[in-house]
Amino acid sequence: MSDVSLIAESAARLASLLLFVALGELLAERAGTLNISIEGMMLAGAFSGAYVASETGSPVVGILAGLSAGWLVSLIQAEFSHRLTANQFVVGIAINILVLGVTSFVNASIKLTSVKVSVVTIPVLVHLPGIGKALFEQPWPFFLIYPLMPFTWWLLHRTRWGLELRACGENPGSAAATGIDVRRRRRQVIQVCGLYSGLGGAFLSVALLGTFTSDMTAGRGFVAIAAVIIGSWTVGGTIIGALIFGSADALRLALPAIGVQLEPQLLIAAPYLIALVTILVFARGRRQPRALGQDYGMATA
Amino acid sequence: MIPERLRSDRARLHLFPDSSHSTGCDRERLSRAAYFLALLIGCIAVALGLASALLAATGAPPGVVWDAMLKGSVGSTAALGTTLNYTALVLTVAIGTCIAFRAGLFNIGQEGQFTIGGIAGTAVGLALPFRGILAIVVIVVAAAVGGALWALFPAYLKLHRGVSEVVTTLLMDFVAFQLLSFVVNKPYLLGERLPKGSLLSGQPQSNLLPGADLLPSLAEGVGYRLQITIVVAIALALVSSFLIARSRWGLRVRASGFNPHIMQRMGIRRWQIGGGALLISGAFAGLAGGFLLTGTVLRIQGGVSTGVVGSFSDNFGWEGLLVALVARFRPSIAIPVAFLFGALRAGGEVLASTGVDSSIVGVVQALVVLAVTIPTVVAQVHAQRTRAKSLLDYA
Repeated sequence: MSDVSLIAESAARLASLLLFVALGELLAERAGTLNISIEGMMLAGAFSGAYVASETGSPVVGILAGLSAGWLVSLIQAEFSHRLTANQFVVGIAINILVLGVTSFVNASIKLTSVKVSVVTIPVLVHLPGIGKALFEQPWPFFLIYPLMPFTWWLLHRTRWGLELRACGENPGSAAATGIDVRRRRRQVIQVCGLYSGLGGAFLSVALLGTFTSDMTAGRGFVAIAAVIIGSWTVGGTIIGALIFGSADALRLALPAIGVQLEPQLLIAAPYLIALVTILVFARGRRQPRALGQDYGMATA
Repeated sequence: MIPERLRSDRARLHLFPDSSHSTGCDRERLSRAAYFLALLIGCIAVALGLASALLAATGAPPGVVWDAMLKGSVGSTAALGTTLNYTALVLTVAIGTCIAFRAGLFNIGQEGQFTIGGIAGTAVGLALPFRGILAIVVIVVAAAVGGALWALFPAYLKLHRGVSEVVTTLLMDFVAFQLLSFVVNKPYLLGERLPKGSLLSGQPQSNLLPGADLLPSLAEGVGYRLQITIVVAIALALVSSFLIARSRWGLRVRASGFNPHIMQRMGIRRWQIGGGALLISGAFAGLAGGFLLTGTVLRIQGGVSTGVVGSFSDNFGWEGLLVALVARFRPSIAIPVAFLFGALRAGGEVLASTGVDSSIVGVVQALVVLAVTIPTVVAQVHAQRTRAKSLLDYA
């Protein structure tokens, strides 16, 4: 009993961590931008969150700092690739390496103290058998994910902005012809994605681990991209994808402790393998935004 | 039906002028080049300024750090030897990246292809019954084949299923890291098999290849061993540069980069060029892995970790990719850029001994990439505006 519920708690935390980031990436991809700098945004959020929380002693301020750091990094991506029209992958790779370098470098010269994040318990629901504690007794930033899921869906499917966003992702030429400023929409959505990823990063460092280590996101931003792929670019699918990958991550951490032999490498590689198989099976990208990853604008390099 | 005049490649060459826009007179072009150069230097100065500011902010005097990095990269024969060895590795990766990009494919899986190159080279090297120069050649070729095979699945998905190669090559990276960790942890695969009674070392690793498999050196001395790889890499860069610019294959590569559909209209199968270029790119990354294997380490190592840090590929793949980006995907220009990146890496290693964290190297590299992006894009936008204007004038 306790093993299962412990793994469920850990899986819920890790899945929500992925989900913060994946929902942002989902928005960005629906607008046609394949945002690989998400790893950098997340790492920047994680570092600033941990640093500011350690300096001020307040997790709230730390998480806000994480949000703004993610936003700042997204601003670089947005301005370079969707105003200057530099290739988005070139910029994304450079940003990932830049953020990894800056955070590791600064982290080597400072000392962080962890802050305590209070655990919130939702009264009645926590007594649900099995999943009650996992879903309703967690550090407070965890509960931000609940409103964020319907909000993202609403943003994407029930606002004019979301409609225009999807138009930019499906057919930027037509979108531009109806008067939508495609590159401006994409800049905006990347900034929103930066906020989501910064929040995810800060959640990891402030609420889950209470500290920052070099390269602490360890490719989770790319797992979030994989979650969007297996979720076939829908909000519901992305949530399921994040749950699967979060559980795989939790299993990897928990299995040695409960004495089950399973190759850890297989579990680490699982999200990537599942995503690759999904791509293979559902290829042709019938449900993929049609202009995904294509630059819109003048220059190409 | 294709008109006869389009069938000769020479005629097609005129359809795809490379980069020389013949708009404007010579003086105009000269002043544009000067403007471009000034912008480039300005942007790089800003990048270095930002890095210095970061150093100063953490209490490390920038002057001392830059000086240490300069000394550690080109300050002595030994330092220069290390720099050139690194240059060869990143240049080899960069050449392949250039070819793929010129064919319109953006391979970002070099890190994984490099790793697979190392695994393939080790597996073949440990199994070979003979040694000597032939063994080295076989190992290095096996590494290149391994890298190419790792690019096969993304190439298939791209050309038969229309899936973007950017995501798939990236995802394959992480599978490769775990594969490395898996094979070195299993004695029945490549895990270290020691004589009975001896203790395993801490780091999971493969058996050591025989010392006879070390690549020949050009020069040796105290603390350095300049490998032949630098000569091979430069030769490969020059040959690829020539082939891209002058050969029929190079023309087709460039044409498919400009417009893959035209290739099909001309009766050339898209996968031959595009898929081939992606495999070549993987082969170059794998080859670099083989160079690292036979050049210095002679074994592969890998613990169970989720990140890239400390793995066999040790960022060489990413750095090769960055070199290709900075060189704007031209293999000949990649030679000096690779030297710069090799020097940064060698200098960064020396930094660690002065108490400054070597992760500053990544910062400088990324800032240089971003800095070079600006003038390139500005020049392209400018060229397009001029062309549009001259068309208007003509009308």
